[in-house]
Amino acid sequence: MIECQNIAKTYKIGEIETHALKNASFKINDGEFVAIMGPSGSGKSTLMHILGCLDTPTSGQYLFDGHDVSKLSDDELADIRMKKIGFVFQAFNLLPRAAVLRNVMLPLIYAGVSKKPREEQAKDALRKAAFPEGFWNHYSNQLSGGMMQRVAIARALVNNPTLVLADEPTGNLDTKTGLVVLNTFQELHLEQGRTIILITHEQYVAEHAERIIHIRDGSIINDSQVKNRRVVNGEL
Amino acid sequence: MKLADILQETYTALSSNKVRSGLTILGIVIGIGSVIAMVSIGQGASGQIQSSIEGLGSNLLTILPGVIQPGRGIVSSGRGAAQTLKNEDIDVLQGIEGVAYVSPEVQRRFQIVSPAGTNTNSTVIGATPEYEAVRNVVAANGSFIAESHIRSMGRVAVLGPTVAQDLFADSDPVAKTIRINKINFKVIGVLQSKGSAGFFNPDDTVFVPLTTMQKILAGVDFLSTIAVSVENKDLMPQVQESATTALLVKHRVDPQNPDFSIVSQADIIGTLTQVTDTFTIFLASIAGISLLVGGIGIMNMMLTTVTERTREIGLRKAIGAKKKDISLQFLAEAVVLTFLGGVLGVLLGWIISLAVSSLAGIATSVSVSSVLLAFGVSAAIGILFGYYPARKASGMNPIDALRYE
Repeated sequence: MIECQNIAKTYKIGEIETHALKNASFKINDGEFVAIMGPSGSGKSTLMHILGCLDTPTSGQYLFDGHDVSKLSDDELADIRMKKIGFVFQAFNLLPRAAVLRNVMLPLIYAGVSKKPREEQAKDALRKAAFPEGFWNHYSNQLSGGMMQRVAIARALVNNPTLVLADEPTGNLDTKTGLVVLNTFQELHLEQGRTIILITHEQYVAEHAERIIHIRDGSIINDSQVKNRRVVNGEL
Repeated sequence: MKLADILQETYTALSSNKVRSGLTILGIVIGIGSVIAMVSIGQGASGQIQSSIEGLGSNLLTILPGVIQPGRGIVSSGRGAAQTLKNEDIDVLQGIEGVAYVSPEVQRRFQIVSPAGTNTNSTVIGATPEYEAVRNVVAANGSFIAESHIRSMGRVAVLGPTVAQDLFADSDPVAKTIRINKINFKVIGVLQSKGSAGFFNPDDTVFVPLTTMQKILAGVDFLSTIAVSVENKDLMPQVQESATTALLVKHRVDPQNPDFSIVSQADIIGTLTQVTDTFTIFLASIAGISLLVGGIGIMNMMLTTVTERTREIGLRKAIGAKKKDISLQFLAEAVVLTFLGGVLGVLLGWIISLAVSSLAGIATSVSVSSVLLAFGVSAAIGILFGYYPARKASGMNPIDALRYE
């Protein structure tokens, strides 16, 4: 469970202060599938960085699994990211000259997991992300966008994280491939009960989640359950 | 992060850009290779000089007339000008404890003519039978000057191999007659070759009895040099001390201002090694500059790599890599580059030094210490020049790094 209490983030460039985030408070329970939605410049990226422990808030408290992580050092934050958070990025961010399996194993290398269990966990994660077994030893730059994003999802799942954080995961994909990726998220949520936070600026994509937090100019303007939730299985 | 994983990452990173890695390694290879080669040439030269001087007799004290001026060294001592060494000094020296042989010598250059009319201008040394023992010369053919020749002022000569070759080509000179300064001498022996000792070629000499030299050829009563061989090496300083005292008394001169000098082989070796050491340091420091340039090449490549892989660094940090993991990874890349460069450089330097000794005839020696030094220096360069890029990489903010285009 994660909880934000009056989170604010202020950037200071010279004498000018920019309030990227003002007094954001909300709670996300385990097993929820939440979309954070807003136009560019709304502060959703800042919020994502804080939720993903890449950054700390200027003020307020961020409780991750009951621990206050808002005052931790860089290396302590890295430790939390390594153990409890899985990231999926818009640009996939795979290592281009490494095989699929090695890309998925990367977080476990930093976690110090030894070779055998590392490989087992990576294969397991690839199966969960519905990535076809025939491509496991391909180089990641030989894959299509949709395939790459599923490798990235597998990499996000490999350390069995508390939270999967997806930043515009369909932004670089065409509609149909985007739907395949969204389907993967919905299945992960439904079948494995993962907590997923999806950051997007598209209403259509956000409606695949259970709940949408709208953010504009650094403030939360709406936080509600999705009424007519889109289910990918029906659309494909 | 485990060591095996760091090495795997390093291998992937370096092999993905083989040309660039190869060129960077080449910089280190040239640097280390030239250091190894230069030091081996310097050390080889000093070893050669040392052994050729020791070949002349390592227990040798050389007494020269006149004074070696401080600061002017042995080479420019102006020997031969002074006439202060006399035949009486020989007996004084022979009485000193620890002295094995005393070899008085008179040196002049004369024109020498063979019966066939070929001639040469060589050093003629008036010597006694002790010369053979003191200077380690061996007669290859015939015999050396004997005591009876000295007493009878015999007109006999022993030829160095170069002179024998010049005058008689391949025929046997023994029992032939040569003319030195228009006086007939019978050849009684030819010496074995000793090789050049740098400034003086003992093969290009003719030996005649000391008395013949002093009374007939040169018409002098003084000596050019007295060589003294000491019973063993440990007695050298002691004998040098007593010889100085004895000669000062005999010559009745002020100890602050003696009219002779005593030089030991150790002094000569010391002076020459000083010269070759300076030479070696000079060569090595020139080579060191190319090593420095190689190191800068490493740093340049690592900085480029860090910039190119900014997004990758951002990703690695996002999925849990700590500062230490990132800096270790980049440091490992730099160290592996320099280490490979070091190994190849040692091989290259070795090949160069072998080529130099076989093609140019200069003795070289690659010592274990210079190889170890090369490895140490190359690893140190990797750490030194890899540190800044690695720190730059590890200090990146993951958010900015992920956004980097």
